[in-house]
Amino acid sequence: MTAHIIVDNLQVQAGSPEQPVTIVHNVSFSLQRGEVLALIGESGSGKTTIALTMLGYARPGCWISGGAVMVGNDNMADKTDAQLATLRGRKVAYVAQSAAAAFNPSRRIMDQVVESALMHGVMSRKAAEEKAVKLFAQLSLPSPDTIGKRYPHEVSGGQLQRLMAAMALICDPELVIFDEPTTALDVTTQVDVLKAFKAAVKATNTTAVYVSHDLAVVAQMADRILVLQQGRVMENNPTTKILSDAEHPYTRQLLSAVQHSDIVQNKADSDVVLEIANIEAGYGRIKPDGRPEIPILSDVSMKVRRGQTVGIIGESGSGKSTFARVIAGLLPATNGYMQLNKRELLSAIADRDKKECQHIQMVFQNADTALNPAHKVGDILGRPLTLFHGLTGAARKQRVAELLELVKLPVELADRKCGALSGGQKQRINLARALAAEPSVILCDEVTSALDTVVAAAILELLEELQARLNIAIVFISHDISTVKHLCDEVVVLYKGSKVEHGSGKSFASAPYHPYTDLLVSSVPTLDPEWLDSRNRDQEARNIPITNSDSLCRFRDRCTVKLNGLCDSEAPPSRKLSSGKSVLCHRDEAMLSYS
Amino acid sequence: MMSVFKSMPVSGKLGSALVAFWLFIALFGPWLAPHTASEIVAYDVFEPIGGEYVLGTDYIGRDVFSRILDGTRFTIFIPLLAAALACSVGTLIALYSAVSHPRTDEIIARFMDALISIPSKIFSLVMIAAFGSSVPILLTITAISYMPGSFRIARALAVNVASMDFVTVARTRGESRLYLAVKEILPNILHPMLADFGLRFVFVVLLLSSLSFLGLGVQPPEADLGSLVRENISGLAEGAPAVIVPAIAIATITIAVNLVIDSVRGGATYAAKGK
Amino acid sequence: MKVIFQLILKRIGLSLITLLIVSTVVFFIANLLPGDAAQEMLGQSATPEAVAALRDAYGLNDPPLTRYAKWLGGLVTGDAGTSLANSRPVSELISSRLSQSLLLAGLTAVIAVPFAMVLGIVAAMHSGRRIDKIMNIATLSMVAVPEFLLATIFVLVFAVELNWLPSLSYIPSDAGLYDYFRAFALPVATLCIVLSAQMARMTRAAVLEQLSQPYVEMALLKGSPLSRAVLRHALPNAVGPIVNAVALSLSYLLGGVVIVEVIFNYPGVASLMVDAVTNRDMPLLQACAMLFCTGYLILVLIADLAAILANPKLRTGG
Repeated sequence: MTAHIIVDNLQVQAGSPEQPVTIVHNVSFSLQRGEVLALIGESGSGKTTIALTMLGYARPGCWISGGAVMVGNDNMADKTDAQLATLRGRKVAYVAQSAAAAFNPSRRIMDQVVESALMHGVMSRKAAEEKAVKLFAQLSLPSPDTIGKRYPHEVSGGQLQRLMAAMALICDPELVIFDEPTTALDVTTQVDVLKAFKAAVKATNTTAVYVSHDLAVVAQMADRILVLQQGRVMENNPTTKILSDAEHPYTRQLLSAVQHSDIVQNKADSDVVLEIANIEAGYGRIKPDGRPEIPILSDVSMKVRRGQTVGIIGESGSGKSTFARVIAGLLPATNGYMQLNKRELLSAIADRDKKECQHIQMVFQNADTALNPAHKVGDILGRPLTLFHGLTGAARKQRVAELLELVKLPVELADRKCGALSGGQKQRINLARALAAEPSVILCDEVTSALDTVVAAAILELLEELQARLNIAIVFISHDISTVKHLCDEVVVLYKGSKVEHGSGKSFASAPYHPYTDLLVSSVPTLDPEWLDSRNRDQEARNIPITNSDSLCRFRDRCTVKLNGLCDSEAPPSRKLSSGKSVLCHRDEAMLSYS
Repeated sequence: MMSVFKSMPVSGKLGSALVAFWLFIALFGPWLAPHTASEIVAYDVFEPIGGEYVLGTDYIGRDVFSRILDGTRFTIFIPLLAAALACSVGTLIALYSAVSHPRTDEIIARFMDALISIPSKIFSLVMIAAFGSSVPILLTITAISYMPGSFRIARALAVNVASMDFVTVARTRGESRLYLAVKEILPNILHPMLADFGLRFVFVVLLLSSLSFLGLGVQPPEADLGSLVRENISGLAEGAPAVIVPAIAIATITIAVNLVIDSVRGGATYAAKGK
Repeated sequence: MKVIFQLILKRIGLSLITLLIVSTVVFFIANLLPGDAAQEMLGQSATPEAVAALRDAYGLNDPPLTRYAKWLGGLVTGDAGTSLANSRPVSELISSRLSQSLLLAGLTAVIAVPFAMVLGIVAAMHSGRRIDKIMNIATLSMVAVPEFLLATIFVLVFAVELNWLPSLSYIPSDAGLYDYFRAFALPVATLCIVLSAQMARMTRAAVLEQLSQPYVEMALLKGSPLSRAVLRHALPNAVGPIVNAVALSLSYLLGGVVIVEVIFNYPGVASLMVDAVTNRDMPLLQACAMLFCTGYLILVLIADLAAILANPKLRTGG
């Protein structure tokens, strides 16, 4: 049986025709009909470029310079624009990474979903719309009969992603390309979307190519995995083989970066560096009763000890970034108080003195925007040295070199501007800048979220090392529970601005959890291919706006173990469990262990 | 600078050459002229090109070539200074606005918006009617006319930079507003503002020439290129070079600057005329 | 829907406030110098008593704020004062010329707008290729050219050399359509060229911005040919920015028409204003200035409203 898809010696170049740069080097692989292949790699691996060639498409600035891409009998690399237009959408379909950007904001969803069917003359409008509604139901979308009438901005991210899958499947294509479709979604939304995709592809026996950087997600979806690095194939094997016995060292490196050990060493109790109590904060005007117009945080408290790490977990809308801003002094809290090194810490940065500014330093997620492109590295690191420690001249240069060494970067970097550096290098400089001030607390706001997995793992290792050496306290904010469990001595879980669970890192290794934490933990894909099939469907979160008087449990609209009557009328108490952690729930320990 | 020049497309190189040429003329013109600007050299008015006088004679028999060499300095230097003033003042106010309290920023921006609402030619006409047309007044009028436009662009750029994380980091360090404006924001808006300076220059050249053409700009005995067009307008029926050549000269200056800016910006971008 | 309504009202309110500020600026500049209007009217040889009497009659002795209020009140009710140069009511002078200026501007707009939009869209679709580069240089140059150069070249070529068209815009009282065409051809052509260049550039930028959005790429990947992607996806989203660009470009007309009216001796409001400057006829000048400023603000308002209405998030109240 001949393969359905054959890619033979594919080469893609970029840049200018006079000075081309090869970004995909002689890639070859084949797929049988109905098989799902995953293209996995980090940024710069060429995975999206290769996936797009199967549509005969190259992004502006790139072109297919050699090789063949056979989809059935058609060589996609060797067709005119007109020929490609008839094949795209009909024979080969594409599901983009960001559904919000891929939908035309000013046209209704149904119009766009049926557009390719109508363009290719495959069926009448009525038939296309009926098929679309069937697909919506198949993909587990709410209100399949009416959802098509909405505009893209009226629908949630997870729903949009599934609508895009419907848009791709409307013409019953032979091949569907999924380009990182769940990367932009919260991990709790991701599960449903993955299940929907998997079911839809299996039902129609469609061949699929799934592009991702996330090995755990890919393990659920793909029959074969193609590992790419810098535009070259490193390994091409069935999923089961890769997970149990990967051949290439790079593949093994990727695998080990995903598997965190859950060992957290027991640290001796040290004194409290930063104490935060009953913080309430939000945006907008302050109303007469003292509360903000748009409330975000409600009654959040925690203690940060010297030399230890407190992890703050939350998804989008949890208020974790707001929390970081409150600690840094960028957003004044409307209630509660904070203490730094036993002295009261005023809310607004303008009111704080130099020492207080010095002792709390922040490291941001996006290293590209966190470093001033017009400054040299030496100046970026030198400024806090001059500002807080009065260092100038040779002493300053010396200290800059020491800092670079501390974060394992070459000393020569001090004379360069940061534009040409890699993401990992920039993030190290970010860290070095925070350390230059010699703070008591470092706030890390999603510092590894924008990095490739291998690079991120290296940064986390560096953080652990630095903490052990310098005995600084770290507040580590993230949406990734596996990283937090691994790294942190204490964990705080935020949901819609309230603290739902708080305990030591060890206590998070196993149930019982707060129902939200339970959902979170169970939504993180593992490297077990059977994991996805064992998940139960979650209810869609309805967006109930939080009002100021809302002290009721904010998870009640999504909770699968909700106590009807009680959770709707009374605020949940904070309970202490036997493992030492506290949860905000009406259910007691025995009841939580059952779920 | 040489590397910038080398990397320009043909249009940019041509533009740069023309700009350099006109700067040279503006600086050294009066000394290079064969006759003084006011000297009446011939009995024949509106003589054509060629012959004894390279570019012919004007409406009372003066040498057009010399008049142009003398008048270029007004057409170049007044706008140059005005544009420099407009840009620097606009940028400074924008920087201040970007690091201030949002309320202050709002008020300043609204005020500038109101100033922009008066079309530049109209504003100039009203100012000239009130204050006259001496060179310092013209300089002031044109600078004020285009300062709000510069402010608007600088502010948009500055606010954009101010929202970047590295400025937030500086803020959490407790840095003063002056530091934020000068050290963090300014270096990042310098290049686009240079392009804006070029554009302002073009606008002022056009405005000034138009005013001179209407008889409301540079006053006799001085004459800039626009005035030259005006005083010789009666020669249009004869096709005298005295009318056409100064007008073409102005166009080559403005087009050349536009070409340079366009090349430096890397391709076609939109250049708004008028404000 | 309510949100949009509020936004629109707010925007209109803002324009009115700006108009008020503009009127203040215009009035106070015009009346700043002690250069006495009454003295101007009567000349140097007038007796001090005559001048004083005239000052009284014109209310020139009142404090500035009162004079401002009176003037503003007059403007709103249609009485813009009396011209110093020829003692006729300003509103009469302006209204006789207003329709002429509007006609000139209208003709220019009607021709330039479609032409420029097509140019801009074509340039955007072929961005980076030769035709786009050529159009870029051409529009760049046209935007930089002074109007009087274009006008003089046109007159030279069409009126003097070829003798096809008249060099002055004179419309005889018994003019037919052909006479109108001959009279308007050169002034409109002059204004059109610079206006189209400006508008084409802005249209191109607006369309290009939409073309670089992911949803356009998605349309291509669904099998849409480029022309369809542009027409059915990019353009509808570019309407807001394009109307914005057109409105802002039209405001250029307010300046350009000054030169054209003077060169072609066209009896419009702009040439009236230039005369007012020469004669230091302040009441006339103020009124003309306010007229142009109001026109400008209306165009900017339209531009902003187009941007608001084009935003689908606001339209659906979502």
